[in-house]
This record gives sequence, structure tokens and C-alpha cells, in this order.
Amino acid sequence: MLRYTLLRLLGAIPTLLLVIVLAFLMVHAAPGGPFDDERALPAEVAEKIEEAYHLDEPLPQQFMRYLSGLVRGDLGPSYGYRDRTVDEVIGFGFPVSLQLGALAMLLALVVGVGCGTVAALRQDSLLDRAVMAFAMTGISIPVFVVAPVLVLLLAVKLQWLPAGWSGETGAARYFLPVITLALPQIAYIARLTRASMIDVLSSDFIRTARAQGLGTKAIIRHHALKPAMLPVLSYMGPAIAAILTGSVVVEEVFGIPGLGQFFVRAALNRDYTLVLGIVIFYAALIILLNLIVDILYGVIDPRVRQR
Amino acid sequence: MKPIRLWLLLSAFLALAACGNSNDAGQSSSVLNRGLVTEPETLDVHKARSLQAAAVQRDIGEGLVGYSASGELAAAAAERWEVSDDGLIYTFHLRRDARWSNGDSVTAGHFVFAVQRLVDPATAAFYAQFLSDVAEIEAVDDHTLRVELKRVTPYLLKLLTHPATFPVHPGSLAEHGDSFARPGRLLSNGAYVLAEWIPGSVLILTRNEHYWNNENTAIDEVRHHIITQETTELARYRTGEIDITDSVPPDSFPQVKKELGDQLHVSPQLNIYYYGYNLTQPPFRDSPELRQALSMAIDREQLVEKVMGRGETAAYSWVPPGVDNYTPTVFSYASLTQEERNKIAQSLYREAGYSEEQPLQLELRYNTNDTHRRVAVAVQSMWREVLGAEVTLINEEFQVLLANMRARQVTQVFRASWIGDYNDAHTFLSILQSDNEANTPGYSNAEYDALMRQAAEQTDLDRRRLYLEEAERVMLADHPAIPIYFYVSKHLVSPQVEGWRDNVLDYHYSQHLSLKAAE
Amino acid sequence: MKKSGAILLAILLLAIVGPWLSPNDYLTTNFDGILKPPGLSGAHLFGTDDLGRDLFVRTMLGIRVTLLVAVVASLVSLVIGVTYGAVAGYVGGRVDAVMMRFVDTLYALPFIFLVILLMVAFERNFLLIFVAIGAINWLDMARIVRGQTISLREREFVDAARLVGVSTAGIIFRHIAPNLLGIVVVYVTLTIPQAILVESFLSFLGLGIQEPQTSLGALVDAGVNQMEGASWTLLIPATLLALILLCFNFLGDALRDFFDARRAP
Repeated sequence: MLRYTLLRLLGAIPTLLLVIVLAFLMVHAAPGGPFDDERALPAEVAEKIEEAYHLDEPLPQQFMRYLSGLVRGDLGPSYGYRDRTVDEVIGFGFPVSLQLGALAMLLALVVGVGCGTVAALRQDSLLDRAVMAFAMTGISIPVFVVAPVLVLLLAVKLQWLPAGWSGETGAARYFLPVITLALPQIAYIARLTRASMIDVLSSDFIRTARAQGLGTKAIIRHHALKPAMLPVLSYMGPAIAAILTGSVVVEEVFGIPGLGQFFVRAALNRDYTLVLGIVIFYAALIILLNLIVDILYGVIDPRVRQR
Repeated sequence: MKPIRLWLLLSAFLALAACGNSNDAGQSSSVLNRGLVTEPETLDVHKARSLQAAAVQRDIGEGLVGYSASGELAAAAAERWEVSDDGLIYTFHLRRDARWSNGDSVTAGHFVFAVQRLVDPATAAFYAQFLSDVAEIEAVDDHTLRVELKRVTPYLLKLLTHPATFPVHPGSLAEHGDSFARPGRLLSNGAYVLAEWIPGSVLILTRNEHYWNNENTAIDEVRHHIITQETTELARYRTGEIDITDSVPPDSFPQVKKELGDQLHVSPQLNIYYYGYNLTQPPFRDSPELRQALSMAIDREQLVEKVMGRGETAAYSWVPPGVDNYTPTVFSYASLTQEERNKIAQSLYREAGYSEEQPLQLELRYNTNDTHRRVAVAVQSMWREVLGAEVTLINEEFQVLLANMRARQVTQVFRASWIGDYNDAHTFLSILQSDNEANTPGYSNAEYDALMRQAAEQTDLDRRRLYLEEAERVMLADHPAIPIYFYVSKHLVSPQVEGWRDNVLDYHYSQHLSLKAAE
Repeated sequence: MKKSGAILLAILLLAIVGPWLSPNDYLTTNFDGILKPPGLSGAHLFGTDDLGRDLFVRTMLGIRVTLLVAVVASLVSLVIGVTYGAVAGYVGGRVDAVMMRFVDTLYALPFIFLVILLMVAFERNFLLIFVAIGAINWLDMARIVRGQTISLREREFVDAARLVGVSTAGIIFRHIAPNLLGIVVVYVTLTIPQAILVESFLSFLGLGIQEPQTSLGALVDAGVNQMEGASWTLLIPATLLALILLCFNFLGDALRDFFDARRAP
């Protein structure tokens, strides 16, 4: 297991390098500099700024400089936030995004697995159909429509919840973003759970357990849930990616200071270093999360470990 | 993984988040919540350049001169000043009780120090050229500052209200170096102190107890919330989370006017929205007929009334109306009806060598934004219907558009705007001088440059004004750009807020505002 | 399945024929008829937008563009994915291992961020949107095709072709690829809705198609901003978008079940 983990970690290095090179080249190929504005900078000032940020050096040299900083965990100064470093901005944004993403994932798992199991138990009933119809609708409406509609209804019209982030400090501000973010994932997970639960429930060992007189609850809890969760678990990778994408919209609409919002702002403002920093950070994160999912998979399904 | 446990986990998490900070409610201090559409890049007075940074800086800092709530010049860090008879020497007398937020006195030396840092190329200040009319600045003693000018600069006092001319505490800079402006370090000499800055979210300012006018500052805490989406800002205003909005989304404007009309503040602004021509490339180089034809074919009245509908005024001049000591020159055709204009435009279009068989093919670039999109689509359809021109719209990110504008290679017609730095025609007209870095069209006319130079040499305000007006007339006849409309500022201001006054500069110092006592 | 297919076909037909039946076009503005509600009276079946343009024709145009983007993006991912997966699966051995390692690598890329970068960095055009979206979706396709190819490789007709002396490329494209059709059709049906969602996401960020052209995503994005005063600008395109996505999802699921059942012993 340890060997496997180490190998996977080593294998991640070329991946990361590829991401770094790709992102670095793309960012630097983009027209427009970080310090352009409607009022042009005097040439002398522009020169000084470029010098200060080493933008006057040839590209390979800039790349090596960046790489050597990266090795030391230094992602450089942010061009957009002129008093801050990229490390700091990520340090601000990531906990927020993580909290939001983790809560959304948790909600999606609980509600999704719950709905899927209930639907599977009452296959083809009205309840099943309702759950599945909801699930289908959930994945068919873009997040950027759901979010403002929920804001209009629950915040502006009914005044139950705040519409934004920065004014409140309590839990209320989590509700709308987390629900919006979780909604499509609830739908996917419910569908996955239902399908695999139906599969598992019709298998021989469940029939045996039933024959032994075990109640439905006990059967689900002790026998069916674990094997039925396998497809859900392998969906975690894509789910994380989807939540990352979704968080860009949700953070944008609710004005949440997370990494997604920082990324979009930075990309639009040519904050080279922040864009690069976030892409690299996310790539590393995805690699790590995929690794964790794989290991978890091994824990639940011993067959994988033996292979 | 059992569902029950997961539920518990989830509710525990939420409960934790909830009780973590619920100490907000019981406070009696007054808090003003303001919206800010763009996040300041820094609060370092010399490195900042956005309007939003300046808005926050006006809350935490103070120049020699300031503005009153209604936008008139007022004494600030200097309590009074004298001007020599030739208008070239200003002597400012600083308030003896002006203090930094750490209790230190604000001295004339701090202003001199700041100006030295501003013009030092090593600072790479965006506004490095801002005080180029100043020959020398000198601290006569701790409380007396002498400013000597190269030429008569009637707008000097207005320049001195700008954050780029605010003082800097030399000790703080020596201690922290270039990162002196971070929260927790930044010393302020204004009504508020920067207490906290959560990137992408909010800047929290608290009362500066050492401010000389602290007792007349009503509001204890000001929160500038960064809300980049205008629709989100409106939603948050309607839920009561924001007291003052920075803008009003164009799509919701009619709705807002109907429902929140009494809280809506629309006021003319010193700001022009224009389409620039790339004068260095065909088809616009050497073709004033075509430039005039396109300009005349735009039905500006329709545009401002129907497409914009927020109180903007159609632009027939370059300098906005309402600029002090100036009467804008308008296009000669301003008095014609649109039908008459269209007829002339059509014949100019033919004169320039285009026709139905050989239509003008054109690219119009604008930066991604809902208002710009609307204007571009409307103009595209006007040019098609009146002239038969085939216009391709290209929307780009702002930085890409700027880069293209500067390079002058691919651009033909592009959207741009200019916001006056101070209330004077000079801030608008100077950008079209040949050597100006903000001259986006690449306009160059020796006569215009000469008139602008002559205007700068006048000591007499009326004569100066005549030269400036003549310069505008010469420039308009060349059609280097299409003035489209003059902006208006748009804010929603809660009935709780008192002391709000609309003004052309759209400056609204938080220290001039107060909140009605909650009932 | 039949129902979904029929609805999709009907929408497609309407999108193709609809604009011909309307007296309006997609780009003529009318500043006196801004945001008119739907109705038969003004000949604006779906009302007008914030520049007085006919929303019926624009919606139909939007459907066309959205479907075009999605189908072409899916084709891009299909061509890359099938070629890549089939080669890896057929050649096998070390080549397969390296190629699949590369796919694993790409899974780690924060793709949506790269797409945003791509859109921001370069002059936007239609082609780029297709390629960018297609480039996201080919990974799944490559994996699935590889698995199928491995099982096909051992079949008699492939051996026969090999014996006759058909080249590797010939075998992959003439003998293996056609047999992958079923599974490929299923996955194309399932990637189309994903591509549609990515397109609408880009529109939300203002990185989508250029005016006066439009897409369902762009229409929905505009509608969201106007939903209070002019609900139809959101409701109509959003309903159509959801309906199209629903139908593709149902269709994909049904097709998958169908092929699964056929493959099952």
C-alpha cells in the first residue's frame, strides 16, 4: 500500500510539470499586460514595473525563476494585489473554497445516497419516479440559473437568507451557496446509488440475508450499503472536478472570496502569477484527491488492493 | 459510513459555523455598508490607480484640500492657503491638530516626502506625472508648505484633493518598506483606519480616534463590500445588507426606478463614453468623410433614451457639460434632426468611396460588459440601416482590448471612455495631444497641439478658456473619435443614510454621512 | 427513449424551420419595441429582448448554435478519443501503459481553468470553443474505447484480418472502429449535454459566442439578468435548454441500458 502510494506520488511530478509548462506558456502568450489601463503608463514607469517583476527577462529565464521559487513553495508576488503574495491570496481563498466544497459534497452524499436508496427500495413507485425526475432536472439546469433564482426567491422576496457573503458571519450565509453547489451532485449521486442499490439488492447474498429474517434497515446498513457505494465512490473524482467548476459560478454570484472567484478575476486582469499559482495549486490538489479516492477504494474493496 | 452519522456531522458543522461568530448583533456602534464594484489593487496612494481604490483612500486619508459633501473644494489637512499675485506660488498652512492614526502629527515634511516618492521612477507610480506642473515643493516649517508652479495651474487645488497627493508617514515606510499599506500597518490621516481587508470580500474601516475632525464623524465603522456582479449588489441592497450601491445594473434599471425610485440617485458625471478610430491604418487614416459619416449616423438620442434609459446625455462634444469655467464646443450638426444627419452621412459615405455594392466592412471592438454589448449592437444596427455598412462585433477582455488599442494594428473602431481626474476641461482635452500616452486613436494635429500649448501658457482664465474651446473645435472637425454619451453616476442610497449629496465628481466621503438612529 | 428522441427531433426541426416561418430576423433592432412580452399580436411569439430583437428567431438560432457547438465538440472528442483508445487498446503492452498513464495525467488538469485561460488569452472564435470543449471530453471516451478494443482484439475476425496481411492502421479503422459504434454512440449522447453545459458556462463568464450571434447559454445568461422585469427572457430559453439536456440524458441512459442488455450474456 505504501509502495503504491509513493509510486503514485512520484508519478504525479511529470503531470505537475506538464501543467506548469502549459499554463505558463498560455498565460505569457496572452495579449495585454497586467499593468495596462485606459490611462497608459509613462514609458519610464512601465519599464520600472517590468524590471521589478522581472517581466523584461527572456521567457526561459522567467520560467526558471518561477520554477525555482515554486520548489521553495513561493508562488511569487501577485500582480493584481500589489501588497500581497500569491501564497497569501491562495491562503485566503482556499479555506473558503474548501469549506464550501466539503459542505456541498457532504450534503450531496447524504441527500443523494439517501434519496437513491429510498428510490431503489420502492422501485417504480410514485416516490421513485419523483426522486428520479428531480434528479434529472437537477442536472439539466445550469448552476448560474439556479443561484440567482434562489437568491431572488429566498433572499430578496422572502428575506429568509442573506444574498451575499461578506455582510454576515454566521451560518446563514452558507445555505444558498452550498445548496446551489450540491444540487447537481445530489442528482448524480442519487441516480448512481439507485442503480447500484437495485443491483446489489437483487444479488444472492442479500436474498440469503433476507431469508434469514433480517429487516430491511439492517440489510441496507450492514450488507447493501457498502457494495452499493462503490460506483458512488469512483464518481468522487469527477464530482470534485464538477464542484470546482461550479464553485467558480457560485463564488461569482454570491461574491464569495474563494479560489474560483480569484481565478476568474485574475485571468481577466492578467494577474499572471496568481493565475499560474491557482492552476498549479488545483492540479496538485486534484492529483492528491484522486489518490485519496483510490486508496479509499482499496479500503472498501479489497480486490483492488490485491491487484 | 452511516447516513445518520453523516447527518450529525453536517448539522454539527453548520452549528459550529453559526455560533462561531454571532457576536455581531449586540453592538451599538453604527456601521455603514457600501458596495464596491472592483477590488482596490492596493491602498498605497502611489501604486493604486483604480477609482475604487481612490474611493477607499478618500475615507482613510486626507490631502491638503478636500471636497465638501456637495462637491465644493474645502479645507482639509491644510486649514487655509494663500496664492501669490502671479498665481505661481501657493502657501499652505497645515492644521496643528492634524494627526496620523498612531498619534503623530501630520507635518509639511510628510507631504514633501510623499511627493518625492510619487515622482521617483523607482516607485513606478501610476500617477507619477500628476504633479508635472509643480516646479518645487518645500516645507517652510512643520506646518507651512510652499508650492511653486512652473506655469499657472488653475486646477492645482483640485489636483491636491486626489489620493496620489496624500501624505505618507516616512517612519512607517522606513519600517515596513513597500508593504507599508497592508492592513494593520497602514497609517491613515483621514477619518477612518483600515482595520481588516479580506481579499475578494470586504474592507473594514474603523474610526480614526486621532483624526482632527473625529467628533464630527458620525459613523463608527464603514464596510466596503467588494461585489463585482451588479445584479448581486442590487440583490444585497434589497435584502438590506448594503446601504449604498456603487452602481445599478442596466437590465434592472426600469424596475428599480419604479420600485425604489425615491432611493435612486442618478447624477451627471465628468466622464465620456466614446468610440475611437484607429487613425494610423486604413480605412480611417486620411478619410475624415468616413469618420464623420459614421459619427453622424449614430442616433444618440435613441441610444440614450431607449437603449440606455438611465439619464445619460447624448454627447456632441468631447468635454462634458458641467465642467468648471468652460463651455463645450458642439458638433456643427448637433442642431439638425437625425433624418437630416442621416442624409449627410449617406452622402459622406459615398464620397468616401463606399456604396451598396461596395459596403464598408468594419470591426467594432468592445470589452465584455452588458452595457457595452447593448451599445455596440445598437450602433451596429444603426450603421447597417443608415449606411449599409457591414459591421462585425468583437468582444474581448478589457486587457486584450487595451493591448490591441495600444498596438494599433488590428483595431478599427474600439470602445473607450475617459473619466476626468479633476474638474477642468484640460483633463479631457490633453489626452488627444500627439504626445499624450492616453491618446488611443493616435490623433496628431499640429494646430491642436499648438492651441493646447498656448492655453497652458495663459495666466488669464478667460483667455485660457478661449484657447481650450478653440482647440476642441479644431479637434471635433477632424473626428478622431465618436463621442457617444456622457455617463451618469447611479447609486441606490438607503433611506437610513443621511447627508448624501449628488455631485459631478461622484465622490462621497463616508465621514460626511450619518445613519438615522434605528428605531 | 422514443419520447426523448422525438422531442429532440421536434426541437431540431423547429430550430431549422422556425426562422423561415417568422417574418423577423435575428439581428434587426427595434428601439420602440424593447422587452415586449410574448404574444401573437406583435408577431413576436417569444417577445423581444433588451434591444427589441425578436426572441423567437433568436431562440431558434440559439438552439442551432448550441446543438452545433455540442455536436461538433463531441465529434472532436470522439475522433481523438476513439483513435487514442483504439490504438492503445489494440497495440497493447508498453505503448498501452504509457498512453493510459498520459490519460491519467490529463485527468489531473484543472480543465475548466485551462479553457477559461484559452478563451481569455486568444481572440475568441467559434472553432476555438469547439476544440476547447472537445478537448475536455475525450478522456472518458479513450478509456472506454480502449477497454472495448482489448476485448475485440482477441476475436476471430481480427485474427483473420491480421493473417490476410491487413496493416495495423487498417485493422484499427476498418475492423475495430466499426465494432465500437454502439458504445461510442452511447457516449456521444452522454457527452453532448456536458458540452452544452460547458458552452453555457462560458457564456455566463462572457466568454461565449459573439453578438449578434447567440446560443441558448447566452440567451439564458441575458435572461437571468432580466428575470424580474421580463421573466420570459429567462423562462423560454432556460426551459428549452433544460428540455434538451433532459432528453439527451434520458436518451443516453436508455441507449446504454439497451447496449448493456445486448452485450450481457
